[in-house]
Amino acid sequence: MLGLAGGGEVNCMFQVRIHGRGGQGVVTAAELLSLAAFHEGRHAQAFPSFGSERTGAPVVSFCRIDEREIRTREPVSEPDALIVQDATLLHQVDVFGGLRPDGYVLINSPRSFDELGLAEWTHGFRHERLLTVPAAEISREHIGQMRPNAALLGGLAALTGVVSLDAVLHAIGDRFSSKKLADGNAAAARACHEHVLAHMQGEVSAHA
Amino acid sequence: MLEQLEGSRAVARTVALCRPEVIPAYPISPQTHIVEALSAMVKDGSLTPCEFVNVESEYAAMSVAIGASATGARTYTATASQGLLYMAEALYNASGLGLPVVMTVANRAIGAPINIWNDHSDSMSQRDSGWIQLYVESNQEAVDTHLLAFRLAEQLSLPVMVCMDGFILTHAYEQVDLPSQEQVDCYLPAYEPRQVLDPDEPVTIGAMVGPEAFTEVKYLAHVKQMQALDLIGQLAGELQNALGRAQDGLLREYRCEDAETVVVALGSVLGTIEDAIDELRETGMKVGAVGIKAFRPFPVAEVRAALGHAARVVVVEKALALGIGGIVSQDVRIALAGAPAHVYTVIAGLGGRPITAASLRTLLRDADSDKLEPLTFLDLNHELVERELARTRATRRSGPHAENMLRDIGVVAAGPV
Repeated sequence: MLGLAGGGEVNCMFQVRIHGRGGQGVVTAAELLSLAAFHEGRHAQAFPSFGSERTGAPVVSFCRIDEREIRTREPVSEPDALIVQDATLLHQVDVFGGLRPDGYVLINSPRSFDELGLAEWTHGFRHERLLTVPAAEISREHIGQMRPNAALLGGLAALTGVVSLDAVLHAIGDRFSSKKLADGNAAAARACHEHVLAHMQGEVSAHA
Repeated sequence: MLEQLEGSRAVARTVALCRPEVIPAYPISPQTHIVEALSAMVKDGSLTPCEFVNVESEYAAMSVAIGASATGARTYTATASQGLLYMAEALYNASGLGLPVVMTVANRAIGAPINIWNDHSDSMSQRDSGWIQLYVESNQEAVDTHLLAFRLAEQLSLPVMVCMDGFILTHAYEQVDLPSQEQVDCYLPAYEPRQVLDPDEPVTIGAMVGPEAFTEVKYLAHVKQMQALDLIGQLAGELQNALGRAQDGLLREYRCEDAETVVVALGSVLGTIEDAIDELRETGMKVGAVGIKAFRPFPVAEVRAALGHAARVVVVEKALALGIGGIVSQDVRIALAGAPAHVYTVIAGLGGRPITAASLRTLLRDADSDKLEPLTFLDLNHELVERELARTRATRRSGPHAENMLRDIGVVAAGPV
């Protein structure tokens, strides 16, 4: 199940760190990801960076996924994957801190890594695992709000294969009691999933 | 049924299954989600008959809990941190009067400096309040322990605190197997009070007791706490049968059999400790852990049995007794009187500082090679402390330590120089 995009290890804990700002659903994103993994019959642990968060302040949340019971309670310091919900954090917070060399990065932005001024930083990482997606625009189109969290999880499913799109959609259906919000977020997740898949296929054919 | 739930919600739903009749509560982080959820269940009628009382303070919450419990109602509340301190006077009344209130403490630090993050300073400050204190490692254990807490409290007529790490557990989503209503009803019969305020059979509760009997009343309260040492094991056994999953009694041993170095800790940090132990075991180090679940009453005999053969005992504590160091380690030393073990105190995780497996591994390697000091502050930033001391030496009006040190490490909120 794990590492479909790059042939990673199986039966190993997968750790995700999500960066964003208060009010962007950063904590909900980690919860949704844990729900998706739970639906697949796996163990998952999601928790926020704790504090008196205010709207707009930098916020971090974490999610661990494993085949076995998860006992550790420390924050994720060496993530396998990073989601950055707000690109304005890139030069304010050390969002890439501790990222594993074979790690995945998904940034909510219509601009490329180069355009975001991250070209130099990407050295040493696997470029096919680093991606930006216009998740805010996708979410605005499908939900009518700038709530990129669910969309990005669709993208993460495509980029990493750590959970399936179906599981993400299932989690969204469980989490949002309003049918309108559930449907909108599901559509956004699906659209972002397709966007990432299309990009990855483009990468493959470009290198073929 | 297995569900992926936030810890607070899992506790709230479990408490609701225990059929509380009165819940007086005042919100405080990180307890808030628990009482919000219960309040919503009372309002929408899914928890009935139950009265949720919005009180004006924690002092009022515990006072209403005392009144409700004295009328024979099953009573629950929850709090944390400064809220627990604000309850302090009433806590002693609840225990002194023998009222079986069950309370969740979502463990959080005590200010100043103000800090909303996790440690055990709050419940440790009330260790002598006469309440039974049970500490849980996971949200599943939090769920199961609340069932046990109501049984224990009502059987002994003593109040029980279930201490769960604030944020680390209360705000964590993980899988939890909630019991069914039938399972809970079967395990936890209706409350039958030993004393009750009843207009048909009037009594008073709360007599003034002078020197002629005060010691005897207190002695009896101590005897009842000591009875809990036997009862907790028995009730855990019954709970294991009722729910079909393993339950710890007073404490849990992890890879202790041949361990030369044993870590002692309370609460959620045990998970991280167990991971660190597995890694160190692979390098050949003989290390294990003991998780103390019942801190009050303190299981002296069981702790001695679990640790008596160890060469070194490393007590990792999430609270600090200023002027001496450890709190749990004092009790561990009493349990180990005459035993060969060296007991070390490690203060860790204060005010929400993460306790990492990497730091624990270094700590245990130091212990294993007998390089540990009797009192260690895990991951203490010595340079930061030294620089502040230098400032205090340089000038008399050096200002407040907290603000100076925040400014030193560049936290924006500290404001301009």
